[in-house]
Amino acid sequence: MKLLKLIPDNTNIHFLKWQWPFFISNIVLMVASVVLLFTHGLNLGVDFVGGQMIRVTFERSATAPVDALTKTVDKLGYGEPVVQNFGKPNEVSLRMRLPEGTEAQPQLADAMAQKITTTVKQAFPDARIDGVDSVSGKVSGELLKTGVLALSLAMLCISIYIWVRFEWQFAAGALFALIQDILLTVGMFSLTQMEFDLNIVAALLTLLGYSLNDKIVVYDRIRENLKKHRRMPMAELLDLSVNETLSRTVVTSLSILIMLVALLLLGPDVIFGFTAAITLGIFIGTYSSIFMSAPILIWLGVKSDSFVQTESAIDRQERLARERGQPQP
Amino acid sequence: MLEFSIFKKVWYWGIAAVLCLLSVPTLLTFTNIHLPAGVPAPKVNLGLDLAGGSRLLLEADRNQVVQQRLQGMEESVRTKLGAAEPAIGIGDVSSRGGRLTFTVRDTSQVDAAREALLPLTNGAGLTGQRDWDISVVNGNQFVLAPTSAGIDLEVSNAMETAVEVVRKRIDALGTKEPDIRRLGGTRIDVQVPGLQDPAALKALLGQTAKLEFKMVDETASPADLAQGIAPPGDEIAPYAEGMAEGPSPVIAVKRLGGITGDQLTNAKQGFDQQNNRAVVNITFNQQGGEKFAALTSANVGKRFAIILDGKVLSAPSINEAILGGSAQISGSFTTKSATQLAIALRSGALPVDLKVVEERTVGPDLGAEAIHKGAVAMGVGTLALVLFIILTYGRFGIYACICALAINILMILGVMAVFGTTLTLPGIAGFVLTLGAAVDANVLINERIREERSKGRRVVQSVELGYKEASRAIFDANITNSIAALLMFAFGSGPVRGFAVVLMIGIVTSVFTAVTLTRMWVAGWLRKARPSDLNL
Repeated sequence: MKLLKLIPDNTNIHFLKWQWPFFISNIVLMVASVVLLFTHGLNLGVDFVGGQMIRVTFERSATAPVDALTKTVDKLGYGEPVVQNFGKPNEVSLRMRLPEGTEAQPQLADAMAQKITTTVKQAFPDARIDGVDSVSGKVSGELLKTGVLALSLAMLCISIYIWVRFEWQFAAGALFALIQDILLTVGMFSLTQMEFDLNIVAALLTLLGYSLNDKIVVYDRIRENLKKHRRMPMAELLDLSVNETLSRTVVTSLSILIMLVALLLLGPDVIFGFTAAITLGIFIGTYSSIFMSAPILIWLGVKSDSFVQTESAIDRQERLARERGQPQP
Repeated sequence: MLEFSIFKKVWYWGIAAVLCLLSVPTLLTFTNIHLPAGVPAPKVNLGLDLAGGSRLLLEADRNQVVQQRLQGMEESVRTKLGAAEPAIGIGDVSSRGGRLTFTVRDTSQVDAAREALLPLTNGAGLTGQRDWDISVVNGNQFVLAPTSAGIDLEVSNAMETAVEVVRKRIDALGTKEPDIRRLGGTRIDVQVPGLQDPAALKALLGQTAKLEFKMVDETASPADLAQGIAPPGDEIAPYAEGMAEGPSPVIAVKRLGGITGDQLTNAKQGFDQQNNRAVVNITFNQQGGEKFAALTSANVGKRFAIILDGKVLSAPSINEAILGGSAQISGSFTTKSATQLAIALRSGALPVDLKVVEERTVGPDLGAEAIHKGAVAMGVGTLALVLFIILTYGRFGIYACICALAINILMILGVMAVFGTTLTLPGIAGFVLTLGAAVDANVLINERIREERSKGRRVVQSVELGYKEASRAIFDANITNSIAALLMFAFGSGPVRGFAVVLMIGIVTSVFTAVTLTRMWVAGWLRKARPSDLNL
């Protein structure tokens, strides 16, 4: 049987020749993401801003009466809901935010949820409530805080580990690449205004894991080559390392994409945003593994002798002692 | 790298076999096959987001505990000083600002008062710490402030009781396998699988069910009450909605000297024999019965208010002393609301009010759809992946798929079942990440073997080098992932935690299946077949 080879053996692509165009386009994309975040913001779900997300199926209708539903809930005086189709045409999700300045009333969210569901059931007899998420302002604040905390701590500790195992330049490079992955993904969420909830935080953590896998594989190869080819110029050595791991990077990313595309097309609607985030992140992560993680090392000044054993202070003392011809203790 | 002793082989395959076997009960839940009763069958539970059900996060107010504590102290102080020989008179009692202050009228009695109060300030614990700080300012003003250790202990006790009460109430509703646990300082996490409409549950949990009997002060003028002014020593108690007996929606009751209804042995819904309206019949225990008898015999002919959670249900007259230890709570009840009150009273009063600060309810249809679609997607995805890997790596791809995918999935399920972990939607994401990483480990190894072969190394040496050189990166990648998983577990909440748990389990099983098991298998094949070339 002839086996599939997506990437031919011994590729020799000069990735570093394009380091500047890629770097500049990266910076532009990252700046664009930040600008988007500030101008458009994120479409934060109820997990993070408090409020209700209620899923309703209209059992005896072909399509959901979106306008009538919006009006009915609007009349309750809590503000206008965002009603969106969700899955089949007769299924909708209804989102309410907590009114401004009600952080001190923890019971309000619950009261709202109760009022809205009873009103909807009364006004539309064929409405079936499929799910209620109701989060009070206090809890949503905590969820946002712990989410951001978990994400940043994870990135920090991972960088420290890479620093210990490799060199500080590698840690900085990985951190930069990870920040880029997260930033671009979040930027896409801002651009498309897809809902950003707690599940998306789990998605970001997942792609952090994948992306890191990639970077470590490339870095591991660079470390190996640095020990093996001491006299090779850095640019050439980095190109060699990326080329050697190229086949693996592509095969792995493709394997994961196969699973993700299946989940995206056939999976439950509830995790669509989640899967979309990871899929997007895989593209961004693969791109940054191939084009970003290596050149950064040159800019940060990794030298050919970074992994050559240096003489420790004690060794030096002993050597000097030997040279002076003194007796050994 | 390729030598395995027979002991190791048996040991490794043994572990894999046992853990795979443990996943069987979980897998059987997707079929119609049932294990015979009596066979111990640990299962992975599906989270509420998959199985459908309701999750409520309840929160208590710490300040309320403090306030109750101050009130309790005020009663103790009054009793203690009133019983002293000679009695010590106090005034200017205030419990504002989180502390209790009062003045002793006769300055010569300050020392005696201090002496009498000291026993009240001792902690109940063994640590010898005081629960209260006592000090005297301006000569005769006492300040009693609860210490933070005392408050912590009180809050902790209150929450423990609250969890028990919540459990009893939910059990009384007849729901299946509720999961009730304390979360952090003042929160209770309640998960009820299969519950579709949590309204009844919330109504039940929202009721503190603190029952009090207080004497009505008939002397209060209705005009004052309407303005919210109560006579000294009284408090204004509003009627519960729709239960007012006269024109006024409030009545004045004596603040002290009443009794609480926490000493009950039973509470049942029943009907009043005269007008056939729904009532709740309660039975006191010995001590409660005696107190109730004392209160009613001392106040024949007067009215007492039956107060539930600060709202008056009714204020009947005491026609005669009630000595039998049982009483009837009347009010404008329906049969349903009377039954609910009976449940609440039977399970005891909540020591604090609980508020719902978060609710997640997933209907059974949505959950079923999620499981069905998720399973189909996972099935199709896995098949496509297996095809891709086998097309790319041939024989080595088959090893990878059997070990890193099939055995790995079963082992993760097995471990989860043993630990009683719950599988949630984000948990499935953790699954996907783990499997991805496990496949990646094999991709790394196989690519490396290819590379070494193309450099002209011999078959056995290439395989050996492939495993050796790839292991370093696999090791580093898994360590970093476990760092991330640990942090997520420690700091994350809800979905993030569910994700982290699967990830942590998966990292361990992945390294075992994707590296150790495949290596053992490949080594066995190399020894038996002695291939001169690899189709890789």
